[in-house]
Amino acid sequence: MEDIEHIEKEMKLIGSDGRRLDGRSFDELRPIRIEAGVLRRADGSAYIEWGGNKVLAAVYGPREAHPRHLQDPARALVQCRYNMAPFSVSDRKRPGPDRRSVEISKVISEAFSSVVFKEQFPRTSVDIFIEVLQADAGTRCAGLTAASVALADAGVPMRDLVASCASGKIDGVVCLDLNKDEDNFGDADCPMAIVPRTGDVVLLQMDGHLTYDEFQKAMGLSIDAARRIYEMQRDALRRRYSVTHEDILKESPPTAPVAEERPVTSEEDFGPEGI
Amino acid sequence: MSEEIVSELMRAHIYRLASTGQRVDGRGLDQPRKVSVDRAFVKTAEGSARVKLGNTDILVGIKMSVGEPYPDTPNTGVLSTSVELIPMASPTFEAGPPRPDAIELARVVDRGIRESKMVNMERLCITPKEKVWILFIDIHVLDYDGNLFDACSYAAVAALASTVAPAKSQGLGDDFPLPVEHWPVSVTTAKIKELLLVDPSLDEERMADARLTVTTDENGDIRAMQKGLSGSFTYEEVKRIIETAQRVGRDIRPLLQSS
Repeated sequence: MEDIEHIEKEMKLIGSDGRRLDGRSFDELRPIRIEAGVLRRADGSAYIEWGGNKVLAAVYGPREAHPRHLQDPARALVQCRYNMAPFSVSDRKRPGPDRRSVEISKVISEAFSSVVFKEQFPRTSVDIFIEVLQADAGTRCAGLTAASVALADAGVPMRDLVASCASGKIDGVVCLDLNKDEDNFGDADCPMAIVPRTGDVVLLQMDGHLTYDEFQKAMGLSIDAARRIYEMQRDALRRRYSVTHEDILKESPPTAPVAEERPVTSEEDFGPEGI
Repeated sequence: MSEEIVSELMRAHIYRLASTGQRVDGRGLDQPRKVSVDRAFVKTAEGSARVKLGNTDILVGIKMSVGEPYPDTPNTGVLSTSVELIPMASPTFEAGPPRPDAIELARVVDRGIRESKMVNMERLCITPKEKVWILFIDIHVLDYDGNLFDACSYAAVAALASTVAPAKSQGLGDDFPLPVEHWPVSVTTAKIKELLLVDPSLDEERMADARLTVTTDENGDIRAMQKGLSGSFTYEEVKRIIETAQRVGRDIRPLLQSS
């Protein structure tokens, strides 16, 4: 225990060259890779690797809402379940929902509620499942970003994708996208999500200590990053759904008989006897 | 696991094909789907494996900690297996406490590993009666397309084989790989009317009358069995299923062993 306290006091999160422990500058994202359509059973799915985070998202629906008393006769429910695998963190997490994941599930549901065209699907629910397979801080942002792609993959009508990123403060400096050590030993963490097309903020949480100026700086970093993440989301969907010329050739090889083009004669139009 | 219905057309098609020795996905009746193993998928775990059996997709993470042994086995480590049928994996899975089918699944996977003595649990004793290693096998079903018994078992075995005990962080000397001594392989056969199909797909599993899981070791000896569903097998059928399990097990074992 003494060792840990010692480390905590000594831990310098930003070096003398202004670089963070993993070599990033204050406004740099960790590497992000998004893939759409990765599961067979789900209506829509996506996988994201974001730094050391590995997160899967799946969407089912719109489907009949269960239990029935939850059904809304005027619109669809948007329900999210955020869950961490027991092996996703260094000390095994007991399986099942805890208070933290219940809260995260709730704020993510609410974020998506504001973009899904719920009125088109009365009495149904759109179920979003987020599974954190490996965690390295920022899992809710990674999960939300992946779930957004999964919703699009499922063909759920939405105003826009939702893009998400956190900023925080470490060693007194406002920084983008904290990793696990920075989150544990830092001074503040502020996850947010926006609708990039309108700039609407659909998720915002904060813990720690930020001055008003620092908050504005953090939001500026996050909004800028969310716009970059938005392009990655769109790119993942394009890679999933774009069709190349080679794909078309593969689907229908040119060996299929091609109708010969020739002038239509009156005989073919009306038969040998005319009209 | 079986609330979804298989249409009459599909049932008839599956049965008609199977009675001529064929299957919808092109396999023979005694041929399992393709197994792919991706090791060390999760770095936060002491060992992990992501296994695909056809389109069934399983992720297993192994966590280890130090704790007390059970009073009746003071010299052996503790093995704990749990399965989460998360709602992501199928429209029929619901959130909540594990249902009987998830518990059966976890216990059958556990039995194969425990009874084959795959991991020498006595070597996971640190101080008799006081301190032993506790081994958590957490099975996460990501995509359910039939035959969870075998897919979960393969993922658990492959994950255990890649596990390194975090002894250094506990002040117990150097990290060491788990003492793996045996290689159990589970092979499940479904019975549809009078026909036997190895490694049933989702639709085959849903219309099956009975199911038998046989776990064999590298000598072909039987280490665990579990019969499921309401149908029955003749003794001749049971023998045929065991022989198939031994043969299929020999083919699959190297895939789980190689690292």
